[in-house]
Amino acid sequence: MQFGIFTIGDITTDPTNGTTPTEHQRIKDTVRIAKHAEQAGFDVFATGQHHNPPFVAPGNPPTLLAFLAAQTEKLILSTATTLITTMDPVRLAEDYSYLQHLADGRVDLTMGRGNTGPVYPWFGKDIRQGIPLAVENYHLLYRLWHEENIDWQGSFRTPLQDFTLTPQPLDGVAPFVWHGSIRSAEIAEQAAYYGDGFFHNNIFWNKEHIIQMVQLYRQRYEYYGHGQAHQAYVSLGGQAFMAKNSQDAVKQFRPYFDNAPVYGHGPSLEQFTRMTPLTVGSPQQVIERTLEFRDWVGDYQRQMFLMDHAGLPTDVVLEQLDLLGEEVLPVLRKEFAALKPADVPEAPSHEFLVERARRGEAPVPGGKEGSQAWQDAQERAAQAAASSADAAPSTSTKEN
Amino acid sequence: MEDTPDFGSPTATDPFTPQARHLVVVSGGLGDPSSSLMLANRMATAAADHLSAEGIVPEIHVVELRLLATEIAEATVNPSRSATLQAALDQVEQADGIVTVSPTFKASYSGLFKAFWDLVDNDALRGVPVLLGATGGTPRHSLMIDSAMRPLFSYLRSKVLSSSVFAASDDWGEVTGGQESARTTPLQHRIDAAGEDLASVVGRLPARPRRATGEAKPLEVISFDQLLRGN
Repeated sequence: MQFGIFTIGDITTDPTNGTTPTEHQRIKDTVRIAKHAEQAGFDVFATGQHHNPPFVAPGNPPTLLAFLAAQTEKLILSTATTLITTMDPVRLAEDYSYLQHLADGRVDLTMGRGNTGPVYPWFGKDIRQGIPLAVENYHLLYRLWHEENIDWQGSFRTPLQDFTLTPQPLDGVAPFVWHGSIRSAEIAEQAAYYGDGFFHNNIFWNKEHIIQMVQLYRQRYEYYGHGQAHQAYVSLGGQAFMAKNSQDAVKQFRPYFDNAPVYGHGPSLEQFTRMTPLTVGSPQQVIERTLEFRDWVGDYQRQMFLMDHAGLPTDVVLEQLDLLGEEVLPVLRKEFAALKPADVPEAPSHEFLVERARRGEAPVPGGKEGSQAWQDAQERAAQAAASSADAAPSTSTKEN
Repeated sequence: MEDTPDFGSPTATDPFTPQARHLVVVSGGLGDPSSSLMLANRMATAAADHLSAEGIVPEIHVVELRLLATEIAEATVNPSRSATLQAALDQVEQADGIVTVSPTFKASYSGLFKAFWDLVDNDALRGVPVLLGATGGTPRHSLMIDSAMRPLFSYLRSKVLSSSVFAASDDWGEVTGGQESARTTPLQHRIDAAGEDLASVVGRLPARPRRATGEAKPLEVISFDQLLRGN
């Protein structure tokens, strides 16, 4: 089980004293937070990608992640999320390959579509094409990371002829990819198709949504023959604010909650903690709530926490990371490990992916020979062949 | 969940009455008692009576928006929905027929009424019979149904019935001594006629599939081969 933090780099005024960090301060603090996370015992740091204020998450995450790679030892550097819709897949392939080399493989990424309508046209795209963009762009990215001398033509970028990515991914193995989506079944299906991971950022959502999306992903992962449903790769979001005593946590966090751009001025803190994974209380409460996620989705591989947001001072964020690292993570690691059956894999590391490829066991997109998906495809092809033979004499009049 | 109210029949269509049709009443009335709720209930009862007469078992579920006002407001600024609100939306999204009534405010429906319908899935009411009603201080507002409510439900692609019922304050009592030209057909006659129209449309359509209470809407799987087509 991996534990990590993820950030959206929001610049929010601290409601308790009215101070607002400068962009420069927030960016430098993000680095401090990431480095501190490693020291506190976290496995993963993930940054969002943003193109509009009040956020300073990088427009191109590898710039921040490469800087962090140079200053950390073990931390896995990831994204939450990389915008697969508005970015050129060729640039994504190049930049993340390069980062993978610099970071010696300590890189994976999470694909997301982005939900801010105005951002799309800034990059020549249309939010209404969100799903088709995510499908086409990722398919190209996948091919760029797995094939050489590509000829490619699609609807959203200029064609490629005889194109080979440089640099090639480290050790010939693409970084592991998670696909993030809250409501779109198509993205759970996409993750399953390729044998990739699925990330549900459940921080604002009722658990029914989470359960349903993860279930769908797991079923389809098995359908495509990458493993059994309970062996699919799942990552979840979460958020917490702690104090030794739960009443102190509520008291200290309430002004931040009440004024936060994302959830302030809506349901009360009490309602929100009941409806969503947000936990404000003692470390023990965070432990209990996080273990509950396992009851919802089964054994999963990665738990991410949103910790630096809503105008919380950086020093408080660092204290929170220490609390999580000292009091929560050791217990969770032990509990999750004790509950996890032996045939459920850990989150994939670079070394694991290299070894898996060496054994010839890398997932086959759409399902390897013998999988249910493969059998269904054979059957469909046979039916199509039979019906086109039947219809052959009259095809000229039956076109539709 | 402890705070989920019972909006009527708790689970799937009763296996002994496969002909049951679920009518959901959505009242945007803000007062208590509320003339909008009263009108809506009467319209639903009229439709239910006509369904019963045709041998179809009617089930009526009432959603009073005033009881959900805070939760509707919260849901407009936040994706989370309370169990109570979700239960109401689930009823609406599985209805075989809908009777909905709003008071007339500033030449339109109330803000609360619109805020609720904004939360309903765009495709959930496609083809679903909807009977409209409205209340207002004077009959001069009666075109509100056609100028404001009807476009909203056309947008949702529901089967909006041509008939509708507008009840002005006067309609609740018998206006005596009024000029002959100012008199309308008595309210209960119009309610009965509208209820009959709704019943005849609902009765001809098959019952929609229903989920057990609390069960989430099933996700539709689009095969990735289909999504990838052309790549």
